[in-house]
Amino acid sequence: MALDSKQQLDTLDFKVVGTRPLRPDGIDKVTGRARFGADITAPGMLVGLVLRSPHAHARIKSIDTSAAQAIDGVHAVVTSADFEKITDDDFTADILDNCMAGEKALYDGHAVAAVAASSGAIARRALKAIKVDYEVIDHVTDVDEAIKPGAPVLHAAGGNESVPECSSPNIMARYEFGHGDIDAGLSQADRVLERTYRTEATHQGYIEPHACLAQIGQDGQADLWCCTQGHYMVRNTCAAIMGIDQGQLRVTASEIGGGFGGKTTVFLEPVALMLAKKSSRPVKMVMSRSEVLRATGPTASSSVDIRIGMTKDGRITAAFAELRYQGGAYAGSPVEFGAMSAFAPYDLEHVKTVGWDIVTNRPKQAAYRAPGAPMAAYAVESAIDELAKGFGLDPLEVRLKNAAREGTVASYGPTYPAIGLEATLRKAKDHPHWTAPLGENQGRGVACGFWFNFGGDTCVSLNITPDGTATVSEGNPDIGGSRASMSMMAAEELGIPYEKVRTIVADTGSLGQNEVTDGSRVTFAVGLATIEAARAAKREMCKRAAMTWGIDEEAVEWKDGAAHPAGPNAGSHPPLTLAEIAATASNTGGPIAGHHEANPEGAGVSFATHMVDTEVDPDTGAVKILRYTVFQDAGKAVHPDYVEGQFQGGAVQGIGWALNEEYIYGEDGILQNAGFLDYRIPVASDLPMIDTVILEIPNPGHPYGVRGVGETSIVPPLAAIANAVSEAAGVRMTQLPMSPPKVLAATQAD
Amino acid sequence: MRYLAPTSLDDAVQLLASDPGDCRILAGGTDLLVRMRSGMAEPDSILDIKRINDLRQITAEDGGWRIGAAVSSAEMNEHTALKADWPGVVEAGDLIGSTQIQGRCTLAGNLCNASPAADSVPAMVAARATARIVGPDGTRDVPVEDVPTGPGKTSLGKGEFVASIFLPAKADRSGDAYLRFIPRTEMDIAVVGCGLSLTLDDAGICTDARVALGAVGPKVIVVDAAAEALIGTQVDDAALDALAAACSNAATPIADKRGTVEFRTHVAGVLARRAATIAKSRAGA
Amino acid sequence: MSKIHVTTSINGDPTEYLCDPEETLLDVLRDRLGMTGSKEGCGTGDCGACSVTMDGRLVCSCLVLGAEADGARIDTIEGMAEGDKLHPLQRKFIEHAALQCGICTPGILVAAKSLLERNPDPTEEEARYWLAGNLCRCTGYDKIIRAVLDTAAEMREAS
Repeated sequence: MALDSKQQLDTLDFKVVGTRPLRPDGIDKVTGRARFGADITAPGMLVGLVLRSPHAHARIKSIDTSAAQAIDGVHAVVTSADFEKITDDDFTADILDNCMAGEKALYDGHAVAAVAASSGAIARRALKAIKVDYEVIDHVTDVDEAIKPGAPVLHAAGGNESVPECSSPNIMARYEFGHGDIDAGLSQADRVLERTYRTEATHQGYIEPHACLAQIGQDGQADLWCCTQGHYMVRNTCAAIMGIDQGQLRVTASEIGGGFGGKTTVFLEPVALMLAKKSSRPVKMVMSRSEVLRATGPTASSSVDIRIGMTKDGRITAAFAELRYQGGAYAGSPVEFGAMSAFAPYDLEHVKTVGWDIVTNRPKQAAYRAPGAPMAAYAVESAIDELAKGFGLDPLEVRLKNAAREGTVASYGPTYPAIGLEATLRKAKDHPHWTAPLGENQGRGVACGFWFNFGGDTCVSLNITPDGTATVSEGNPDIGGSRASMSMMAAEELGIPYEKVRTIVADTGSLGQNEVTDGSRVTFAVGLATIEAARAAKREMCKRAAMTWGIDEEAVEWKDGAAHPAGPNAGSHPPLTLAEIAATASNTGGPIAGHHEANPEGAGVSFATHMVDTEVDPDTGAVKILRYTVFQDAGKAVHPDYVEGQFQGGAVQGIGWALNEEYIYGEDGILQNAGFLDYRIPVASDLPMIDTVILEIPNPGHPYGVRGVGETSIVPPLAAIANAVSEAAGVRMTQLPMSPPKVLAATQAD
Repeated sequence: MRYLAPTSLDDAVQLLASDPGDCRILAGGTDLLVRMRSGMAEPDSILDIKRINDLRQITAEDGGWRIGAAVSSAEMNEHTALKADWPGVVEAGDLIGSTQIQGRCTLAGNLCNASPAADSVPAMVAARATARIVGPDGTRDVPVEDVPTGPGKTSLGKGEFVASIFLPAKADRSGDAYLRFIPRTEMDIAVVGCGLSLTLDDAGICTDARVALGAVGPKVIVVDAAAEALIGTQVDDAALDALAAACSNAATPIADKRGTVEFRTHVAGVLARRAATIAKSRAGA
Repeated sequence: MSKIHVTTSINGDPTEYLCDPEETLLDVLRDRLGMTGSKEGCGTGDCGACSVTMDGRLVCSCLVLGAEADGARIDTIEGMAEGDKLHPLQRKFIEHAALQCGICTPGILVAAKSLLERNPDPTEEEARYWLAGNLCRCTGYDKIIRAVLDTAAEMREAS
């Protein structure tokens, strides 16, 4: 069974993988039957609502909840005083403080109290009756302002041991990566470009607001239903905050209405559990859109200094980046990933990145699709583009000249195995898009992007039913069609039709620990575990066949959905199909199942090249996306429709980030655009079709060669669009978003 | 809160006049319900005018069109004759929000919500529309530009509401247009809006024009200098330059989350120029 | 605060309910009638996830009062398929993988059906503008628009 994976990749003849079957959750989702976070109810359920700080930064001197508690229909009021202080785990302590402010409200929208009442109207009345005595203090929301001397300080304790002494107390951590000697490298360059690039914070923008339903008994047994990217994470975090055993808290993941990283932590769940505990009633909480924007994780805003040296024939001699990311009011901006990924696409002798994790009076950032990488790539890919065009060189050729390949020592440390960057660049260069004519006020941009991808704790259980079909239980919420992909891989391995496999997302009581659906890990890691679970089931079925035939089990092989006698016994018995073995399982040792638990290595890094044409209206600065093509390595596309969907979705989120999405804070530190009206995600009429080219350079770390595909697609668009707009407008754009006032001002200043 | 749904205009006037508390008129509800949800409006009563049949009609009157206060933008857009006469006004209504919003929103509601950025208002002003206001003291007709007095404020008295909008008879060889600037292609509030109507004589000389700007002041701005820049010209490049300059001069915008002062000032001129070009072609030039 | 008695038709079913005067049609559908197919993405008419038709007119049910439905005909996603027969749009959305997470899907299907009833042969641009009020964050709209145009073509051929 254990074929060498490389050898297997060369010989595998897929029957199911690579086809485009219909998704198993399709009918539920087109008929309105699918149940999302807010779609569940419980008998006797109360409505939970949160009171939020109207100040960007304020000491909470006191909270008087007595008037709220006195209202008929109010069953519980919760503040931070109801939670045990967490002293031994800073990470979880920050999550709790973010869910319910302790000593200070750290941003506009920070939760300060919550109520549970018999109706929404009563709950709203109760919120108004809570009196919070705030002492408003100075605030800071800009990443560069936050580290100036005299800036308002969020946490007196300052940063960790990586931060040099005498640094701003708003710096939480410092990271450094690279090799070689930057100064020596720069001295070989014909031109050294130094620039600063800035990006604004953007929100993941999932259409489904956070929602959960909690209940907890006197015996400590608790149940949570919620929309999340990781119900095991929800279980572990809530158990720690509530001081209950993980095994006593069962979390069931609803269908999830988008996450993109934003649902990899908790906001409401511990509060709902505490309200349920205090009221002894089930409590449902659903955020409004304005709460989602004010108080759940946007991504970081950034300010990045670049210094890159290039020879006139396009060789990068040295590359340096200093990255400052603010991740809101707590440590943990994704600057480390930014510093690691910034130069990952290039083979560089002299490279260094320094990252600074900075806090400001903004909501605690949450992961957003390839967290930290798009901002870094925006700066690096803009600079490379400017250098290439300055020398009159083809920007794709320059990237090819410097491209990382198998054997390249990455700027963040590892040596790459087989990777697909060069293939995406060559494909882009050969594509008709690259040579299509452009009109007046139009420009074309390209950029590359990288994402690490990830494995993580994974459990899969595969059961053979008595009638010869299979069920797969996995522990990762399906955010992009993963149930279909798991069923496909199980069907492929077992040799039965896709329709004979049904995959479910199991609750936390059903499987061991599962990492969150993040890091583009599910098709890779859960897929790998599914394949291994199927292989375990096949081994068992071969054993049962051997028993039936009375031959040695080593002399049985599995092919085309049946056990065959092999070796000296070949042909001695007619094959036993999966259904035949399943039908008699009761007599040959009992039910048949396979399972696999692992934390797989070998996720296989991912690269993409994006190409985009834009037109700039010189009178208004409005940017139109005319054409867009994504070239990305998928390793092996299990379900090509969903791979294309990930490419397209990531590209369009990148278009939003590049052009019109931004967190806008007033002088008072209050978020000005907490709604979909002024937080402007792309609408259908803003866009052309998004063309995709899937490349398949197999990942040696996966049995079928799969690489994660979900995140890389948001890394190149920021720079690709900036490069295209800069060409169309005739002026280099160094700040995102490139909203019309900014583009017009830049062209008029030029 | 009370929900009132009278079926006659007289009943509506009486209910509104006799309501002791904060009673709000519900036409399309696309602003009122948003305000209620955010807590910005907490009315004691809501008076739904959509069950008053007269207010749901588009009626020919004196060569022009009377549009009931409960007529949605979508209904206007489906009215071929109205659209042929006043395409600018109809298109302005058709720019408010999404298809879903256009199925509900009304000219009268857009006017009385008194947002400086209301899309249909500059178009109505350019068309010299009047609002028929009803109330306990009777009925009066006023130019639409006199209804909003500032952000969220109107000149309506206690117990008064707008029952209909009247678009006058369209002159021969005239045309109107409304353009607005938004960052996306749909779903945004105007950063700048410009409504414009003009009339040409047989020689193609502009004999009448009216230009109104939205979102560049606390209420809609009628730019007489812009109209004067067109009148007597063939609406040629020089006239368009003068028009654009007059509009930029007249703009008194603020900087906010939707745009800067400089941007709005400049784009007011750009839109006026483009709107004039459309109106001119619609006038048959 | 007294409740309002409403008599209406939902997906052709005669329906009665009591609601508060300020309660939206979306809240009535979801919380009183258990019809959770219509989704709340924003509550302000900016995302279209709650799209329904009222007397054949496409609206956001979050911007309609429950009381306003009295005497009206409401159609929601739950009534789009006829028994086990999916509407062609529903079928094409699955075939084209025009949904990822699926939260926007009910609203988009209701809106797209309304488009095709008015315009059986929309251009890509017309489809994109008609659906501009239906936000989707997963797909980038590409496969959605393809599914709508392909459905239109199939329905034209069938008629």
